[in-house]
Amino acid sequence: MTNTKVLNGKRSRAKGSGALALFTQRKVEEPMSDQNIRTGEEQGTLARKKGAKNALELIMNGLFFFCGLVAVAFVLFITVYLVISGLPAIREIGLTDFLFGERWASTASDPAFGILPFILTSIYGTAGAIVIGVPIGFLTAVYLAKLAPAKVAAVIRTAVDLLAGIPSVVYGLIGMTVLVPAVRVTFHLASGATLFAAMIVLAVMILPSIISVSETALKAVPKEYEEASLALGATEIETYFRVSVPAASSGIAAAVVLGIGRAIGEAMAIMMVAGNVPNMPSLFESVRFLTTAIASEMAYASFGTLQRNALFSIALVLFLFIMLINVLLNALLKREKK
Amino acid sequence: MKMEHRSTRRVAYDKILRFLLYFCAFLTCALLVLLIGYIFYRGFPNVTVELLTSEPSVLKNVIGILPNLINTLALVLGTLIIVLPLGVGAAIYLTEYAKSRKLVAVIEFATETLTGIPSILYGLVGMLFFVQFLGWESSIRAGIFTLVIMILPTIVRTTQESLKTVPQSYREAALGLGSGKWRMVRTVVLPSSIDGIVTGCILAIGRIVGESAALLFTAGSAAVLVKNLFSLSGLHSLLTTSGGSLTVALYIYSLERGKIEVGFAIAAILMVLTLVINLSAKWLGGKLKK
Repeated sequence: MTNTKVLNGKRSRAKGSGALALFTQRKVEEPMSDQNIRTGEEQGTLARKKGAKNALELIMNGLFFFCGLVAVAFVLFITVYLVISGLPAIREIGLTDFLFGERWASTASDPAFGILPFILTSIYGTAGAIVIGVPIGFLTAVYLAKLAPAKVAAVIRTAVDLLAGIPSVVYGLIGMTVLVPAVRVTFHLASGATLFAAMIVLAVMILPSIISVSETALKAVPKEYEEASLALGATEIETYFRVSVPAASSGIAAAVVLGIGRAIGEAMAIMMVAGNVPNMPSLFESVRFLTTAIASEMAYASFGTLQRNALFSIALVLFLFIMLINVLLNALLKREKK
Repeated sequence: MKMEHRSTRRVAYDKILRFLLYFCAFLTCALLVLLIGYIFYRGFPNVTVELLTSEPSVLKNVIGILPNLINTLALVLGTLIIVLPLGVGAAIYLTEYAKSRKLVAVIEFATETLTGIPSILYGLVGMLFFVQFLGWESSIRAGIFTLVIMILPTIVRTTQESLKTVPQSYREAALGLGSGKWRMVRTVVLPSSIDGIVTGCILAIGRIVGESAALLFTAGSAAVLVKNLFSLSGLHSLLTTSGGSLTVALYIYSLERGKIEVGFAIAAILMVLTLVINLSAKWLGGKLKK
């Protein structure tokens, strides 16, 4: 009696787990014929042992299920928290005044909370980083995936991984001490801490993700495509650019979108090179990004004030940008898989 | 048969693009070499024994980063202790237990979303929840829990990948011998994917060591040496007081206090850590493939 119960339980749990299900069912049936020969007493102890085992199995199943749900809980938690803390200030300031106001003066006697300068700076800065970073990253990826001898490719790949591993404050420090003075001298400015300097730092920082994602996409192009093109008389280079690259286009697009996400979310490095003044963006002016707007005032904005709440609203706007980019990225990666 | 002659346009196209490919690959590598070289050149002369072993003090006019080193270590260990069981468990659920495809898709979407969220937002939510709502103040533990949320997707993804490389036949053999699912996971699946899990850990350590935006408002920026570190009360006060990591110290020293040399010294230390972490992950990854 107990025995059949156990078996039934096993069978129902095995259902639906794909290839394993078949196997589990087969496994369950075999010992049954074996057990039929056993005496009743033996059957009893076996069942008890199995019962204990089953309880453990159930507990572990539950534990792992819990772990699996944690990630979902985290996402919901972050979303809910950002929305709840971001809405009050938007309500108080007014959505259009907040999003399209051109003046940010949170501590002035006549305060203004327009974040258009931040939004535009983030968009321009990201666009600039993409314009500089994508061509270099893309061409490096083509070289890595197609032309490079195995050993050279291994060295470059290590270099790319190391570039990805450098902490953003280190990029910021180099930007601050090398790039910013260089920009000031080259363009005869009063200060080199400008949108332009931030663009270059961001371009370097997104390089690794662009290279590795495009390389993966380029490597996934079937060899037959390239062989067919070569057989038709195209040169190696023509084949790579006119056959392999179009075939990997959605993967390369995913690389660009990933780069956009990285650039728009970066805070510390550009905090150190962009000058951090809430100007409307211009290439050679000090600017403030969405991320740096949060970071620069959070330290001193006092609790419960409109200034502090407005910072949470900026975070909400940034979060919405990121979610939009995430959805786009997922769609592209799915297309790439097909 | 007539030989095909390539037009000059085609030859030029070929040559220019080939040059650009080599040039960009070279540029990427040169960038790294220059970055590392410059950091070491400016940083190492400032890395002194005093810097590494003392606590900063205005009275004695001493600058030291020992507290920051300890804070970074505490953040790394604390985060891993919590995130490792969670992340590995989630990966095991996704690859071994989950039956509903929809649920798997939802969980995977959630981890991908977490990957995309910028660290400044983690810092903000961590500050709102752990520092304010739970009243933990700026403290290492607030930093640890914020990092747990941030690092979780890294651990889940790398573990999942290495679990997928365990041959299906191993699982079938274990189940065929009458083992239950948990026993199969514990004795067969986990041991054969341990290298991948360790690699994931190393990558996570790299991210924690390099993180700054998520820590500035959660773990804070203090640099005070905790007394009796190796006792229970010492550990407690380490976790509950504010403490800046190396990255946060770099930021504070170079941007807010104008002590660029200290910034470069910390940068050099961070670069050495990055090199060690990356190369060991690579070495392990290479071993894994064999």
